[in-house]
Amino acid sequence: MRISRIAAAAGGVAIATALVLSGCATDNGGNNGGGSASTGVVNVAWSEPENPLIPANTNEVNGGQVLNQLFAGLVYYKADGSWDYDAAESIESDDFINWTIKLKPDQKFSDGTPVTAESFVKAWQWAASNPDLLNQWWFIDAIAFKGGTYDGGENTLALDVVDDTTFTVELADARADFPVALGYTVFFPLPDAFFDDPDAFGDAPIGNGPYKLGKDGWVHGESLSLVPNDTYTGPRKAQNGGLNFKVYATLDAAYADLLSDNVDIVDSVPTSQLATFKDDLGDRAVEQATAVFQSFTIQPTLEHFGYDEEGKLRRAAISHAIDRKEITDVIFQGTRTPAEDFTSPVIAGFDPSSIEGSDVLDYDVAKAKELWAQADKISPWSGTFQLAYNADGGHQEWVDATVNSIKNSLGIDAVGLPYPDFKGLRTEVNDRTIKAAFRTGWQFDFPSDANILGALYVTGSGSNDADYSNPEFDKLFRAGLASPTQEEQSKNFNEAQKYLFEDLPAIPLWYGAVTAGYSKLVEDVEYGWDSWPLLYQVTKSE
Amino acid sequence: MIWYIVRRLLQGIPVFFGSTFIIFSMVFLTPGNPVLRMFGDRTPAPEQIAALEAKFHLDQPFLTRYFLYLGDILQGNLGTTYAGQSVNEILARTFPTTLRLALLAVVIQLAVGVLAGLISGLRKGGLFDNVTLLVTLVIISMPVFVLAFVAQWIFGIQLGWFRPTVGAGAPWSDLLLPAIVLAGLNMAYVVRLTRASVIETSQNDFVRMAYGKGLSRGRVIPVHILRNSMIPVTTNLAADFGILIVGATVTEGIFNVPGVGNELFKAINRGDTPEIVSIVTILVIVYVLVNIAIDLLYGVLDPRIRYVK
Repeated sequence: MRISRIAAAAGGVAIATALVLSGCATDNGGNNGGGSASTGVVNVAWSEPENPLIPANTNEVNGGQVLNQLFAGLVYYKADGSWDYDAAESIESDDFINWTIKLKPDQKFSDGTPVTAESFVKAWQWAASNPDLLNQWWFIDAIAFKGGTYDGGENTLALDVVDDTTFTVELADARADFPVALGYTVFFPLPDAFFDDPDAFGDAPIGNGPYKLGKDGWVHGESLSLVPNDTYTGPRKAQNGGLNFKVYATLDAAYADLLSDNVDIVDSVPTSQLATFKDDLGDRAVEQATAVFQSFTIQPTLEHFGYDEEGKLRRAAISHAIDRKEITDVIFQGTRTPAEDFTSPVIAGFDPSSIEGSDVLDYDVAKAKELWAQADKISPWSGTFQLAYNADGGHQEWVDATVNSIKNSLGIDAVGLPYPDFKGLRTEVNDRTIKAAFRTGWQFDFPSDANILGALYVTGSGSNDADYSNPEFDKLFRAGLASPTQEEQSKNFNEAQKYLFEDLPAIPLWYGAVTAGYSKLVEDVEYGWDSWPLLYQVTKSE
Repeated sequence: MIWYIVRRLLQGIPVFFGSTFIIFSMVFLTPGNPVLRMFGDRTPAPEQIAALEAKFHLDQPFLTRYFLYLGDILQGNLGTTYAGQSVNEILARTFPTTLRLALLAVVIQLAVGVLAGLISGLRKGGLFDNVTLLVTLVIISMPVFVLAFVAQWIFGIQLGWFRPTVGAGAPWSDLLLPAIVLAGLNMAYVVRLTRASVIETSQNDFVRMAYGKGLSRGRVIPVHILRNSMIPVTTNLAADFGILIVGATVTEGIFNVPGVGNELFKAINRGDTPEIVSIVTILVIVYVLVNIAIDLLYGVLDPRIRYVK
């Protein structure tokens, strides 16, 4: 789960969202195949990261975006969500548990030290042994432990260096899609310089990616400048003279600068400008689907909403009662699309029509009333349906529209329940003391349905706020993970979703999109599946 | 005089303790665990929560945390943010920018406000007086963020006279537009006060006496009328400083000025206790110091005011 940017600095996951009206942004789709590189420095609207720039301690987009330029992971993601090797030469396994990873030879960090198998192994071991790192769980969830149990030591993960450019990884469970996950920021390597002084490194990181820190480096509160890294030989070669990340306190300020070309890339248009940004920017406006899923979750401890017959009837009735189309059109100006499943249309394998029970997302007042009445026969309803949200994240409008839709369809009392801030909401969710349904969202970390399904609905997993546990779902999910081909994997995952539609641990609402823009001075701007612009291929003449 | 200053400074001590305690407890009392916010919608493992709580002293009782914080502050260490940045560094970076912005706003406010008030007062009921009244009324009735957005849109984006936002380095030329907006906040008061005060002073015997002595208007107006009219304006300036800082939080956000208000806004959004308390404490101290300075200015403006021990 990535925490999104400026707006959501105001409260967790205020993730942007929208729909695929106009496709990609540029004429030549960005990939100018190593053609002539431009020399201009691209200005990118940015917000100060909340944590030092260390891969294992960065889980929000601002830090992540910079790390992505400074480092090269084993693989990288293309705009469409497919992946290819970056630092790795090959990643192979016979059983999907024991993996052998070979690096391309003669790679260097920007300080001249070599990128070796050790650079990856040491970084991962360090991350796994430090519980105060925000991304520690990535390592202890996925990778097996030496001796079988986690000992918290510096050598606890089942990783072995074979030679300078080869190492092996033993996973806890069979995962055919392990290479996909390896492009995520947490799996980046670290040079020796990091271990000498982690604090200094977090302020001025040294990576192996297409860019390195410029002369001015990171001026806190103002800017961070990157210049192309000559030692990088991978596929993401910089096509511009550098990147200058400019700190903005609000999206509105960034947008004002975009209109006067003082900033080149603004990857999120403020809500106040959504109605007009296409007129303002013309063909420099970007609206494109992205891997974000929005929902609300109902914990089974909420009275009348357990995973029993009554609860399932009520969950289905609520889902039928929401007019998703109307809400996305009116509240979000059509920039979001109603959800059809529990994943995302931009991730491979999306096929909601094949999933049994997905019609529970259809707006159907008669059906909703009927299901609700059936549930009333089991145990009569009294009280008010409440939907909790954090008031600091700009959610009030859609929450009010959603509860109104439920209220009008079912004829029951339904209200929004604002919490002053995100942490207050999350604390009650985490303690299981919340007495209402609550908003949830997921921005994909890597382009695979395994990311969202595994984190949210597998028994006992880290973000399973709904305490969902269904052995059938778990079995199909694991079968999907171990499937050797994409088709087989998607088939298993989609079959697994059948159980989610039956039990509705969360009520899907809509999918996200990136709404962004760029200045008159840049070209070749392309946004990826993850809602980030592919900055290395942006060109700007001086 | 010295004793007066010492006494005023000593009075600042309880203000300091009181304000830090109140702010600290208010931030502490907001419900929820700040650690959970760092993970977004993911629920961290209990060991992770424990490790991070220990790191930020969140596992300690309230009073322990308050005294740990006070201990640090008295040693000149304003703490570190949850992101691990030193608050001292943040303040050293942002405060000069905000002070420059406030200073520029005060200068604009005084220059324009006093001049307009003086002319209005001298030509009471004239065209200029009425137009000024109307304009200042319009400005005073607009919230600062409306004023800021409108100014940014017209002068920054449409006309291109100024850069719409400030950004890195915050050069004086870029600060001009936000400073004008900020000055607009209190401009009306300065104009009205100066006008009323000028009218009152002009009717004094010593003014008629000055004219009667044969002194020119060029001498009487600045030295006899204006100087004696400045006392209420000066008092207003002190109260105004608080409004400027609060207004700066909004204005700095809109114009992206890398100042204290901007930083405080972000810290409140993050629920970053050490940063919020430290910034507000520093603002309180500055406010107290400015008030003392203004009180001392009275004596310069009006020799009749003397400071008792």
